[in-house]
Amino acid sequence: MSQSSPARRALAALLRHRLAMFGLVVVVLFVAAALLAPWISPADPLATSWAAIRRAPSAAYWFGTDENGRDVLSRVLWGARASLMAGVIAVGGALLIGVPIGLVAGLAGGWLDALISRVADAMLAVPFLILAIALAAFLGPALENAMLAIAISASPVFVRLARGMALEANTTDYAEAARAMGNPPWRTALVHVLPNIAPPLLVQATLSIAEAIIAEASLSFLGLGQQPPAPSWGSMLNSAQRFIENAPWLAIFPGMAIFTLVLALNLLGDGLRDALDPRSARR
Amino acid sequence: MTPLLELDNVQKHFPVRDALGRPRGAVRAVDGVSLHVMPGEVLAIVGESGCGKSTLGRVALRLIEPDSGHIRLEGEDFSALSGQALRARRKHAQIIFQDPFGSLDPRMSVAAAIEEPLILHTGLTRAGRAARVADLLTRVGLRPEMANRWPHEFSGGQRQRIAIARALASGPRLIIGDEPVSALDVSVQAQVLNLLQDLIAEFNLGFIMISHDLGVVRHIADRVAVMYLGRIVEEGPAAQVFAAPRHPYTRALLAAVPGQGNKAAALQGDVPSPIAPPPGCRFHTRCPHAAAACSAAMPELAGEGHRAACFLADSLPAATPFHENTTGGERLTRLAARFQRENG
Repeated sequence: MSQSSPARRALAALLRHRLAMFGLVVVVLFVAAALLAPWISPADPLATSWAAIRRAPSAAYWFGTDENGRDVLSRVLWGARASLMAGVIAVGGALLIGVPIGLVAGLAGGWLDALISRVADAMLAVPFLILAIALAAFLGPALENAMLAIAISASPVFVRLARGMALEANTTDYAEAARAMGNPPWRTALVHVLPNIAPPLLVQATLSIAEAIIAEASLSFLGLGQQPPAPSWGSMLNSAQRFIENAPWLAIFPGMAIFTLVLALNLLGDGLRDALDPRSARR
Repeated sequence: MTPLLELDNVQKHFPVRDALGRPRGAVRAVDGVSLHVMPGEVLAIVGESGCGKSTLGRVALRLIEPDSGHIRLEGEDFSALSGQALRARRKHAQIIFQDPFGSLDPRMSVAAAIEEPLILHTGLTRAGRAARVADLLTRVGLRPEMANRWPHEFSGGQRQRIAIARALASGPRLIIGDEPVSALDVSVQAQVLNLLQDLIAEFNLGFIMISHDLGVVRHIADRVAVMYLGRIVEEGPAAQVFAAPRHPYTRALLAAVPGQGNKAAALQGDVPSPIAPPPGCRFHTRCPHAAAACSAAMPELAGEGHRAACFLADSLPAATPFHENTTGGERLTRLAARFQRENG
């Protein structure tokens, strides 16, 4: 790969984007926290202690303890695992479902496109979270089912995006040149269309991870995601609401974690959009 | 001798629908065109924008499917092929597009772009393909080490050379150039035209040059076909068509080339809609010589060698001679000679 391949130029533009870099650093910190949770957690996230119930943050318990005497810092660190895993796996699933279907719709056209587009429209007509809740309730309460529910609910966005972009890319001269050269349709789709529509898909994926993390927290809050006693930011918020007046730290720390991670992902997504789209304004 | 490419009464209409999706006529982009190209021959298809010449080029390669008519490539019925057989045959007929900034995939390095036809149509090894890519780059006047660069690093003329190398890679016998130099700077036009001429001679290619620039056409074409509203109205050896155009439309086109003076009156009115072309001769609404017969029946191409689709072709006054010394063709010839001196 030479110095000026499109991917390298985009990376260089991203590295110059300050807000995106801030977002990236925060996301990397969260990922590191999730990966290193078993080693950096000061305590076992499941270990209860009747001697330390609802303790306020202190030198011993940085984030305080919860109603069962569990260390909130440890639970927030372990909770990052559930949130990030849910976000990345659910969006990965949504890409795997949505992009091939969108490509087929955009490139095949005809009744297949009409059918796929109407189904995607129907799914998009239902609010994302409502659809995820309905699917998760149908599949049964478990983190894996919540991820599957989020993946399915997030996929129509990728179907629509991939279809529209593929439709556009397919009318370009380079796509016509590819056909004139004797490329079979699948090869034109994978070698010429997909790499050219990848940047907007990547941007959307980053923003969708943020949405999926909120969805996972919401499902866990409702008891449809991560099952207690396993830690999850959403379920921590749920149990915190009973003590919001005399133990606000139970809500503040998982809430801040969700807020910070989602904000960082959105900043990173916006920066990626600027870096990947040659039409966007240069700073 | 079998023609390289032969079109027989080829037709392509694009349906036009109203807001409710009901059919409401059709754009007759290509309306019964027959033509042929021999190996080593340059056929130019000229006409105003919208006359259907680009559609014709794409229909000939079946990038757009014709509604009816036959396409024969080296005597074989190209229009009957489908699927893998059609794709395999595509290596014999390639296309060069007008816009060198759009025709190269921005996410493919130059090497990957030129290598692609080799992957599709040859059994060459990776090393064999790399050697061929280097060879092709040299042929089109670029340095082999440019293979690892990306399209955005090149100028328009260089990109068009890359597109030519890509078109040559599969070893085609026919190349269609859809306005291949129109987007380029005049000095670069001459260089690219010379390159095309050299390659046509070297590989004995059949070449269809789709162009609206009569100067460029005069420079490169052996034969010329003039298109108006989806039909060919005049066709013959380039020298004869330029020296003694037989169709009033061809005369008007030649008279409109800058430097021809105002001896011929400019055409009146606009090109009629291709959705509802006029009855009879398509050109009679703008023809200064039109007679009653012209709106009654459609004239067919008539004559030997140099044919024209005009009832009055033999009774028209003598055409004003085409001033070669003032045309783009002469300018290009002079520029080309200069570049050859400088490079040789």
